[in-house]
Amino acid sequence: MTTAASVTTAAGADVEREAPRIVTRSGPGKLLADTWAVFTREILLTLRDPFTLIFSLLQPLIFLGLFGPLLTGAFGGGLGAPGAGGASTGDTLQWFVPGVIVMICLFGTSMTGSNLLYEVMTGSYERVLATPLGRSSILVGRALKEFAPLLVQGVIIALVCVPFGFTLYPLPALLGLVLLGVFGVGVGALSHALALASKNREWLFWGVQQSLLFPLLILSGMMLPLEAGPAWMQTASRFNPLTYMVDGERLLFAGRLDDPKVAWCAVAAVATCLVGIVVGIRATKKVV
Amino acid sequence: MPTEMIRARGLVRTFRRRKEVVEAVKGIDVDVAEGELVAFLGPNGAGKSTTLRMLTSLLAPTAGTAEVAGYDVVTHPEQVRARIGFIGQGNGGGFSYKVRDELHNQGRFYGLAPDVYRSRAATLIEALELGGLEKRSVQSLSGGQRRRLDVALGLMNHPPLLFLDEPTTGLDPHSRANLWEHIAAMRERYGMTIVLTTHYLDEADSMAERVVVIDHGEIVADAPPDLLKHEHADDVLTVGVASTDEDGVVAALRPDVVGGGEVDVTRRDGELRVVVRTAHGAERLPGVLEALRAAGLTVTSASGKQASLDDVFLNLTGRSLREEAAA
Ligand SMILES: Nc1ncnc2c1ncn2[C@@H]1O[C@H](COP(=O)(O)OP(=O)(O)O)[C@@H](O)[C@H]1O
Ligand SMILES: [Mg+2]
Repeated sequence: MTTAASVTTAAGADVEREAPRIVTRSGPGKLLADTWAVFTREILLTLRDPFTLIFSLLQPLIFLGLFGPLLTGAFGGGLGAPGAGGASTGDTLQWFVPGVIVMICLFGTSMTGSNLLYEVMTGSYERVLATPLGRSSILVGRALKEFAPLLVQGVIIALVCVPFGFTLYPLPALLGLVLLGVFGVGVGALSHALALASKNREWLFWGVQQSLLFPLLILSGMMLPLEAGPAWMQTASRFNPLTYMVDGERLLFAGRLDDPKVAWCAVAAVATCLVGIVVGIRATKKVV
Repeated sequence: MPTEMIRARGLVRTFRRRKEVVEAVKGIDVDVAEGELVAFLGPNGAGKSTTLRMLTSLLAPTAGTAEVAGYDVVTHPEQVRARIGFIGQGNGGGFSYKVRDELHNQGRFYGLAPDVYRSRAATLIEALELGGLEKRSVQSLSGGQRRRLDVALGLMNHPPLLFLDEPTTGLDPHSRANLWEHIAAMRERYGMTIVLTTHYLDEADSMAERVVVIDHGEIVADAPPDLLKHEHADDVLTVGVASTDEDGVVAALRPDVVGGGEVDVTRRDGELRVVVRTAHGAERLPGVLEALRAAGLTVTSASGKQASLDDVFLNLTGRSLREEAAA
């Protein structure tokens, strides 16, 4: 005989039991809230570690301070830089600063996966996956964490360069940074996927990351103008999304919104972002 | 009327590594009712974690279906995740994070409001003896403290169903016992259904109300531990008799006396050593001694050993789980 009263065993009246409060969100609100939750968890470590933060902010300035003068001296004769023909420091900076900003974005976001490697090994990534967080929010939140300091770095670099003849066009430059953010999320998601594919083989992650990074950098004309390079390099650079990013960013930082290259930059950013997220989500579903 | 928390049918998972195909789980059917505490017991590589990962929606089944907390794990993974807690084999807390921060982060991952996750975190810190460690980084905690934090993380959403994958592996005996006390206390407090995996026999035996024995990706037995031992293993009674009359001993221990058990008599140190293998050994022992005395035999010693889950595993698979765990 089973009566209703006989079932009160497990959860008797005296048991201090709070009814489970199941929260299930959906739609764009969830996407944003989840991304924010992931981002704020990730950024906590950066904010808690001010020395690394300050050092990472100074690093590109040191780089710029050492590279800039050399570039003015060596390529002052004009190699495709906008201020060709007896370039001044200001012209060189105008050409070089956007490149440096793209570079630190690429360096930073391509390392998104490196923190993940550790979290996959210890098990905290698995704990995060077991929560109802959207998979794309996990990817985007982590990539944004790498991008946020770069935004600050970019602004600092641009401001520091102003006294040396660099002209800042705030609105186009801001658009440039937003596009870079979109691009960075894509790179971050690809790095995430690479980390998941590498799992406990850390060498594999670093090997692939490093051996892709430098060819991409050089074949984008970021540090050295490609116009002087052989034809195959110029052809290869046309297949490199980074080239479009660098070209577009240079125009935007020069205050120019009318050039079709800006549109190509936006296309490259969005395409990289979409490919990154699709590949990233597939990797997330497959590996764990 | 108990509701079903888990209903899995024909769960299969294969992994492909280069040309090699690993059949980690080969077709598991299991139902878990609300309020149960079930232990999946099996050696390393048996497929316990893979099964748990499928039930928690972390891994897609190659075949089969599973409904967990009322939702299909494949079609509604987020609904499942919102209703369960999962404590994996590793450590859930990010090593560089502080204890309280991670609990708050976890609350936000479940979409809880700040006042809710703050008070829950405070309650769990207190309940799981993490007081004073709130601002310590996870990596500075001891193994036992980390595991308690994992339990706290798994309970932030107050799940009606909690999964724990090898919760006590790697802990010293004291921390193991301590963790178990906490799990039992949390179960009382929140009235949860619990599914856990272990390869510790004693743990499955003493803590679980139901043991699901898994070997090579298949369930080989599923019952309360006592029932498993009665059905699949015998208790062993050892009696010393001051006599050399082997036939007399065998005649005295009629099948009805030993409950149809097996009787084995050997000579040792000038007397007889009688070994009886039977179910319900403790209840049989007085009758055995009585029968021997009635036959005029003098009993010099008597002892009994209860069947263990290792005996069960040995009888079911031909291998000893204890030896595999040690290997
Ligand atoms: N991601 C994976 N890729 C390939 N093989 C795996 C993977 N996960 C588990 N396996 C294999 O599946 C089998 C069962 O593993 P697992 O479920 O972890 O066992 P248990 O938790 O019982 O120790 C093992 O042979 C293991 O090597
Ligand atoms: Mg396991």
